Amino acid sequence: MKKNKSFSYAKYGYLFSIPFVVVYAIFSLYPTINTALLGFTNAKGMTGLTDWEFLPWDSIFKNFQQVVKNPIFGKSLKNTIVLWVVNFIPQISLALILTAWFTSRRNELKGQGLMKVIFYMPNIITAASIALLFNKLFAYPVGPVNSLLQSLGILDAPTDFLTSSSSTRGIISFIQFWMWYGHTMIILISGVLGINPELYEAAELDGASGSQMFWKITIPNLKTILLYTMITSMIGGLNMYDIPQLFNKGNPANSTLTTNMYIYNQAFSGSYMYARAAAASMIMFIIIAIASIFVFLAFNDEKGKARREAKRIARMQQKEAE
Amino acid sequence: MAKKSVITIRRTPGQKVFRVFQYVLCFLLACLSLFPFFIMLVNATRSTIQIQNHPVSFAFSNFLMNNFRVLNRTAMFDAVTGFKNSFLIAAGATILTVYFSTLTAYALVAYDWKLKGPFFGFILAVMMIPATVTSIGFYQFMYRIKWTNNLLPLIIPAIAVPGTVFFMRQFMVASLPMEIVQSARVDGASELRTFNQIVLPIMKPAMATQAIFAFVGSWNNLFMPSILLTNKDKYTMPIMVSLLNGDIYKTEYGAIYLGLLLTVLPIFVVYFALSKYIIAGVALGGVKE
Repeated sequence: MKKNKSFSYAKYGYLFSIPFVVVYAIFSLYPTINTALLGFTNAKGMTGLTDWEFLPWDSIFKNFQQVVKNPIFGKSLKNTIVLWVVNFIPQISLALILTAWFTSRRNELKGQGLMKVIFYMPNIITAASIALLFNKLFAYPVGPVNSLLQSLGILDAPTDFLTSSSSTRGIISFIQFWMWYGHTMIILISGVLGINPELYEAAELDGASGSQMFWKITIPNLKTILLYTMITSMIGGLNMYDIPQLFNKGNPANSTLTTNMYIYNQAFSGSYMYARAAAASMIMFIIIAIASIFVFLAFNDEKGKARREAKRIARMQQKEAE
Repeated sequence: MAKKSVITIRRTPGQKVFRVFQYVLCFLLACLSLFPFFIMLVNATRSTIQIQNHPVSFAFSNFLMNNFRVLNRTAMFDAVTGFKNSFLIAAGATILTVYFSTLTAYALVAYDWKLKGPFFGFILAVMMIPATVTSIGFYQFMYRIKWTNNLLPLIIPAIAVPGTVFFMRQFMVASLPMEIVQSARVDGASELRTFNQIVLPIMKPAMATQAIFAFVGSWNNLFMPSILLTNKDKYTMPIMVSLLNGDIYKTEYGAIYLGLLLTVLPIFVVYFALSKYIIAGVALGGVKE
């Protein structure tokens, strides 16, 4: 009877999944395959989108080879990684410090709700607008940042930040950092609140200090979420487009050109190299997939480790309590 | 957080200094978050000459309407059109994402079917694939079916967002009592009606959270719209921002700040009205294990 019933309802499982499956197949799966295929064609120029053919077999990987050999693509990949790393390290560090402060059981800070709202706010504002706003804030010779730094005595003369590659990179990384540390902090705090409070209570009874609890309980139990944060941030970072594009259009000398900007420029400006842009997209896809799998494997292992560690601590504390 | 310890904690001088340091740092970070937007707000009301003489000012001026005229002069930055297009896309995409993700999640939670496991595995696997990676193939496809300069390719794909389905499924597993669904069946309600009238209201909190993020994400999107939309009357707000970066406004600082203000104002309103739910939603998203 029961089996019969679940059998008769099973068709609704399929039925209710149909909209998702159909739309995903048409608007995500097919374009993915289409991009992969375009990488093996000669699609370029004004008519390149409708009129193209596959490359001959002996040069089927020509577009991929051209992209890999292209020094500008190499540079854009390097830029993208640099921009991400330089923002991620301070971002996760500050987020961890604030998490430790905001979840401290002995030293409760006031106004946490308001601080969370303010720290998170830049994350939700249109990235394109933020990038252009910062471009104007760093205006030369007179701009808000220049005049502020001069009145504080940090600068003697106005500095043109946007003509130096290191300062332009620094500012873009800073914008990323500034937009994301609040988000990361909120995720980490929710992770800490999910840790079994008995672990902390036991540690407190044993007279553990705040920093001991942070390193021995919080961090090991937070590893899963830390690595999840890292994966999502990395994928987002490798797809960076809006901020470098609107902050300084990849200038100076392509030093802030990211891979997504390279792909966009190949396909939608100059000679409309659609095939080459598709090949570059696929190369990025493979890089992102490999990097994610790599981190994910580490993540699964860390998860096991964190759990073992937590169990070990709990057992130790139980023993001590006895 | 609400629990107050009965024992008053005595702090050593070192701890007091540290506490002051904590508040000072938090205050500075708060200023860092707010200051750029404050400059934007003030400078939107000031003339270009005022801005060039004193880029940082705390005093509002009365050039708002003048800046607005400059902004509109070249008829490039059309805030009304941008707002309308962005709103149509964001609202359409949000409604579709929220409804169909919940429906798909319902299929994954309420029924036993053979391909359920593989389907969920597939959703997990593709959740992290960024849309930009497939943009060239997507653009070529849309070009072929003549859907460029159309808002639909930015709305319809919202029916299938793996991440939202995943979130809805997790929420549904935890908070949808199947007994209610069973009793609706006993009462003779059809499956779709049960979903629309009984499941959807229970899922409201999760749907609200996802609706906010879907709306903001869609509103802020620049990459896809800038590929697909080349007609001026189809431009979205973020595309309008990239116009401000062009030569026509090079030295019109007041107008640029005003343009930026117009693009972020709706998001500010949404954010400060719903910040409590947004922060809670971000926190929920982090604990997806």
